[in-house]
Amino acid sequence: MSGKKVSVWTSITFWRRSAAWVTGTATVLLMWLTFNTMGQIAMGSDEDLQNGVTKRIPAPTVINYKIDYKMDEKRGHEVPVIGEKQPFFGKEWSAEEAAELLRHGKLTQQAKNCMNCHTLLGNGAYYAPDLTKAWLDPKWNDGTMTGITGKDTVEEAMAEFLMHPSQYPTHERMMPDLGITREEAVALVAFLKHMSAIDTNGFPRNFSQSAKRLEGGTHAR
Amino acid sequence: MLASIKSNEFKYESQKLAMNYFRVAIVLFGAQLLMGLIAAIQFLYPSFLFEVFDFNVARMVHINALVVWMLYAMIGSVYMLLPDETGIEAVGIKLGKLAFWVLTAAVAVVVLVYIFVQVGPGNEATIWLINEGREYIEAPRWADIGIVVVVLVFYYNVFATYTKGNRTGIMTVLVADLFALAGLYLCGMFFTDNISMDQYWWWWVIHLWVEATWEVFVGSLAAYGLIKILGAKREIVEMWLWIEVLMLFGSGILGLGHHYFWIGTPEYWWEIGALFSALEPVPLVAMFVHVLYDWGKEQGHAEAGQQGHAVNNTPAMAWIAINAFGNFLGAGIWGFFHTLPQVNIYTHGTQFTAAHGHLAFFGAYATILIGMMYLGVQGAYGIKKMTMTFKTKMAIGLIVFGVLGMTVSLTVAGYEQVLVERADLGGGWDAYFIAQELPWYLQAQGWRLTMGLVTFTGFLFLVADLLTIGKTEAAKEEEVQAAAA
Ligand code: HEM
Ligand code: HEM
Ligand SMILES: [Fe+2]
Repeated sequence: MSGKKVSVWTSITFWRRSAAWVTGTATVLLMWLTFNTMGQIAMGSDEDLQNGVTKRIPAPTVINYKIDYKMDEKRGHEVPVIGEKQPFFGKEWSAEEAAELLRHGKLTQQAKNCMNCHTLLGNGAYYAPDLTKAWLDPKWNDGTMTGITGKDTVEEAMAEFLMHPSQYPTHERMMPDLGITREEAVALVAFLKHMSAIDTNGFPRNFSQSAKRLEGGTHAR
Repeated sequence: MLASIKSNEFKYESQKLAMNYFRVAIVLFGAQLLMGLIAAIQFLYPSFLFEVFDFNVARMVHINALVVWMLYAMIGSVYMLLPDETGIEAVGIKLGKLAFWVLTAAVAVVVLVYIFVQVGPGNEATIWLINEGREYIEAPRWADIGIVVVVLVFYYNVFATYTKGNRTGIMTVLVADLFALAGLYLCGMFFTDNISMDQYWWWWVIHLWVEATWEVFVGSLAAYGLIKILGAKREIVEMWLWIEVLMLFGSGILGLGHHYFWIGTPEYWWEIGALFSALEPVPLVAMFVHVLYDWGKEQGHAEAGQQGHAVNNTPAMAWIAINAFGNFLGAGIWGFFHTLPQVNIYTHGTQFTAAHGHLAFFGAYATILIGMMYLGVQGAYGIKKMTMTFKTKMAIGLIVFGVLGMTVSLTVAGYEQVLVERADLGGGWDAYFIAQELPWYLQAQGWRLTMGLVTFTGFLFLVADLLTIGKTEAAKEEEVQAAAA
């Protein structure tokens, strides 16, 4: 091969250089996109919420508001809609309190290894329901779980369930008792409520729309 | 393989160290399968070990053992090929041996804590000492730091040996690739209360490992294997390797976007993720063609008595060929199935994902790493031409059949989930459980467990084979020589 002029298609140097250039270009592009994405997924502020500025990831104080998940005609899929104020565990949380609560909730989510049974934003394990929009699930909002746990509000029902999950089975496959304390449970509910307000580009699609028609039925054998 | 503590014909310490890495890897592989079986039983009988050894614990150990055994086998493979490629002993071999024992002690502690402590209170201490609660990289922070230190020692060894010895193309690719592979681990080592930010960086570790740096690593191993087993021509193999690097990184780096469709990240990832990840199967086809082409060509040359030699290690060659096809099938085909956002919105987070995860990890990585272990055994016994035994064939047959069976079962389960839970009922708690309790789903889970048991039986043959094939084959070769003399 040496000496004689060979076709570039069989030249190692050519392929090595091309590999380096392509890899470099892809890496630079990824970094550039990452900078843009970082800006777009940074948490919003309490002021944003007060002024009705929509952020993909809202401030922790979003727990003080009613959250909905509705079809957006322009975007062609469901998006979270932040509504009027709504007490959370009977009070309005200050920006500092809400931030502290969310942090505690996220830490607990990791410490209890939720992700190795559930999915969050669709990632994790497939042994239990997706938690992305759990806060908005009809199961909690149609009286089923508040009834079973004997609580008046969704947040109280969720906290009670998280503390003693195997006392409130809905199916043969149950959630185990993970030794979650009251404080941890409150924080976890805040984490879940916050997650339900994240703009996930319409995932899950058509969320629980048809499942609602099954309300009150005994489809789970 | 254990017996090769005694029979050790290696010229280089580096290769003896490699065998230690392989030994731990195979033990962790066994642990992985047992944990998978526990989790699979729990799908069918939820009360099995309930509140004693829950699904999340079994699954955590299952996938963590998977990642760790593969990293062990990868480090082992590098120590195995390092002296062959560079022509010299690993530079810092003493340090390398120390690092092996430190890492193994750390892994043992981490696993014991996973099994006996399981979960902790919701504070920083749990994340530092018990587990980090993030899929695949659950290892607590103290272990993360330990891993980084050990990996630095390993990398120093590779880099210093490379600069001192022969700088082959394979080594150049490996040195660059391992740098990126190790660096990416750092992206998974911080806490944030923003779940979208968390998953954004978490995928840098997971995706940029398995769909970029690990793939290139496998390309390098296959290149080394073809030269070693078939006597393939280095110029041609290395040229292919650079083309593979080009295509793998060219598609895999931006293909990362296929995980950014629904986690809070902007819509432009739909187009970027779809376009680049749809290209990811292309290099996998190329790698498949390359391995089979070289195999046929070299075999032909050897049979015609022209040059090179026929396969001198049939078990290793078989596993490399299965790798070439398995990578294409598990990562390429099963990955492409769900990589477009239009499809992924329904399949995201269903058993379909698990089907792909199993076939891809097995096809792309488990296979070739097992092949490297056979190369190790051949070297340890100084065997010139190693051939398959009955056990080799049983191991291959049962493991491949078992994993394919599990994959097909999970694909059926995923299909049912997509149609019933997602498309018809639109997700949510009720939709989820209705889909979980339909007969199609339960039957599929039953078949997965059955096929898991088949896989495990194959694994037992594999271990038995690795422990005995060296001695058997060496004795056979001696007999032939004695007869000739
Ligand atoms: C050897 C290479 C590969 C391995 C080991 C692998 C492994 C995996 C695993 C384990 C997951 C699940 C992650 C989780 O637990 O959340 C996953 C997800 C995914 N993989 Fe791969 N993969 C590989 C290559 C590919 C390729 C080449 C493609 C596309 C052509 C692909 C497309 C996807 C997609 C779209 C998902 C997301 C699934 C979801 O939305 O739930 N993968 N992969
Ligand atoms: C005895 C055989 C096996 C059994 C019974 C088994 C069982 C399981 C189970 C029950 C899960 C949890 C899935 C879920 O969350 O719903 C799982 C996850 C996983 N297993 Fe296995 N497994 C086996 C072998 C393997 C092998 C050989 C590999 C790869 C080499 C592997 C790789 C994985 C991966 C990557 C995941 C995570 C998948 C995801 O999140 O999408 N498993 N396995
Ligand atoms: Fe990926």
